[in-house]
Amino acid sequence: MSPLWFDIAHLFAAGVLVLSLMLLYQDRITAVINVFALQAVVLSLSVGWQSIVQGAPHLLATAFIALIAKGIIIPTALHRIVRKLDVHREVERVVSGGLTMLAGLALVALSILLVQPVVETADPVAREDFAFALAVVLLGLLLMITRRNAVTQVVGFMSLENGLILAATGARGMPLVVEVSVAFSVLIAFIVFGVFVFRIRERFDTVDVNVLERFRGERREHL
Amino acid sequence: MQELVAALPLSPVTLVLLFPAIAIPVLVAISNYRLSAGLNVLFSGLTLLAGVLLLAAPRIRGDFLIIDDFNIFLIVLTAFVGFTTSVYSASYIGHELETGKLTPTFLRFYHAMYQAMMGAMNLALVSNNIGLMWVGLEVATLATVMMVGIYRTPEAIEAAWKYFILGSVGIGLAFFGTILIYMVSSSVIGSGVPAMAWDEIVAHAGQLDPKLLSLAFVFLLVGYGTKVGLAPFHAWLPDAHAEGPTPISAVLSGLLLNVALYALLRFKMVLAGNPFAIDAGAILMTLGLVSLLFAAFMLYRRRDIKRLFAYSSIEHMGIATFAFGIGGPLANFAGLLHMTMHSLVKSAIFFAVGHVAQAKGTQRLADISGLSTTHPALAVGFALGVIAIVGLPPFGVFMSEFLLVSTAFSRQPILTVLLVLGLLLALGALLLRLQDVMFGVPRGKSEPVKASFVPLFVHLLIALVAGLWLPEALVRWFRGVAALLG
Repeated sequence: MSPLWFDIAHLFAAGVLVLSLMLLYQDRITAVINVFALQAVVLSLSVGWQSIVQGAPHLLATAFIALIAKGIIIPTALHRIVRKLDVHREVERVVSGGLTMLAGLALVALSILLVQPVVETADPVAREDFAFALAVVLLGLLLMITRRNAVTQVVGFMSLENGLILAATGARGMPLVVEVSVAFSVLIAFIVFGVFVFRIRERFDTVDVNVLERFRGERREHL
Repeated sequence: MQELVAALPLSPVTLVLLFPAIAIPVLVAISNYRLSAGLNVLFSGLTLLAGVLLLAAPRIRGDFLIIDDFNIFLIVLTAFVGFTTSVYSASYIGHELETGKLTPTFLRFYHAMYQAMMGAMNLALVSNNIGLMWVGLEVATLATVMMVGIYRTPEAIEAAWKYFILGSVGIGLAFFGTILIYMVSSSVIGSGVPAMAWDEIVAHAGQLDPKLLSLAFVFLLVGYGTKVGLAPFHAWLPDAHAEGPTPISAVLSGLLLNVALYALLRFKMVLAGNPFAIDAGAILMTLGLVSLLFAAFMLYRRRDIKRLFAYSSIEHMGIATFAFGIGGPLANFAGLLHMTMHSLVKSAIFFAVGHVAQAKGTQRLADISGLSTTHPALAVGFALGVIAIVGLPPFGVFMSEFLLVSTAFSRQPILTVLLVLGLLLALGALLLRLQDVMFGVPRGKSEPVKASFVPLFVHLLIALVAGLWLPEALVRWFRGVAALLG
């Protein structure tokens, strides 16, 4: 494999990772959604490139699904929800931006240190991709933990799924069955999230999850 | 029997998946709740029938489906508890409709989701493809999330949200582990579908890269361990049990936790085949013991009756995980028996708890007392269930715990002291609660219970019989599976 091909694969995967880091410090909900859409586009480019490198045309379908569903449909729908709920100007954060970024960088370093020495046997493209993918998964988790807004948590979850797809396509010749089902599950996830977002709104007039926590079953007893 | 199975146009494996799949659109379409509850029972019954026929059918090992001794007993157990719970649910939801907690529209949705969950669990059980198994567990999780949130009270939404977030994170990490397994197996078996087939992976386990395999197992452990409800990944479990409809609590505890543990054990079998990989048994023992002790202490602080038994589920999954962690024929036997007995007894307890909560109009333990005078029949069922679950003879849980403790003492004497401590703590907590619920002064409102007690007592009867006498064939079978687990 020529170094250029390798570098381009690297570039796209790293692009997904950089966008994951960017997600961490966006404090407006609309910005979060936009960065997520961009990440989905870069992901689909990465998957498409993998399909050329690996000579696996079925990966093009995965790239296409990522582009259409996560790059266009879901962000559009989320923008609509946010506008409908009138929270598009909201700014929210629990841990300060600097600290979150530091934690994010630590997670990236951790995943590279974890994967690099272990995956010696696999081919180099897969190995690099895998370290990036793990970092994206962990950053998605971090986003879900540090944010209190239901919509941002949705985005965090989907960005975690982006990392999973990056990993799945990095693994040479993984059957399509799984990829379709991943796309499928993201879809279900989105429906569920949509349902919850609306129900939360209906009940409490906010999408801030902190409000929910007052209603934890047993805590009422102590009040 | 075998001729009968051979004469069927479709194999029982297909039927186990097909019946729930047909039931979903049918149940969505029907608006009459009595009819749809009846159909729910009918479809669950058909699935149970297909599951029983599976016993006589030839074993299968394909790229996608597998039927071996290990999963066949879980399929029958799942279908059985699914069937009895559907019977229970039919009488339970009538009351929920009367009190206005559920509307007919939501009931359509509830029945469809019930079948979706049953079908997805069966899919996870029969699939040989580790990706397909993951899909089954994911769909089952999503279906239960929807049902936990069905009451739409703030507490229910909070519980469903928490379950969903933690469940998805767990399932995401499990998928990462699945990809890692594929990567390591495809370098030996060659890329494509066979590299995801569990039986192929086990057959080649010795040649797989041990480091990568160990890393994959860590992800799978955290991922599926969340679904099993092992501490410290258990946070979703008490809320989800307490706020959803009680039939769902029964199947969550009785079935879904088992299926997740089953997935984890499949991967433990892969690791067992590789001498250089990490020792999965030691990790499972630790997590099991931590869950057991943690839950045992938490039992003392519960104020909500459904939460109380949710923590008891964490405790019992911890015991089963510990048993499989020790490994060896005897401990595995105890673990399998414990999974079965816990599944039967815990769902029976939730049946009783559902009746109690409906009769008293509350789930607060402080408001539930004096059951023996106000509802004698229910009180007997509830008390027998609690006696069974804490591991007192003559019920089956006693058998499995006794077997486990006696085999563990010779293998891990120090850990067994902790195990026994956990068991005794849990026994104390539950008997203490039982005392108040049964013999306190009756308080609060109290309505007669109209629902049928048949599912409750059928489960208890089976647990009782199993505690006194296990059929020879069943013992031989469990032994075979225990040997398979290594």
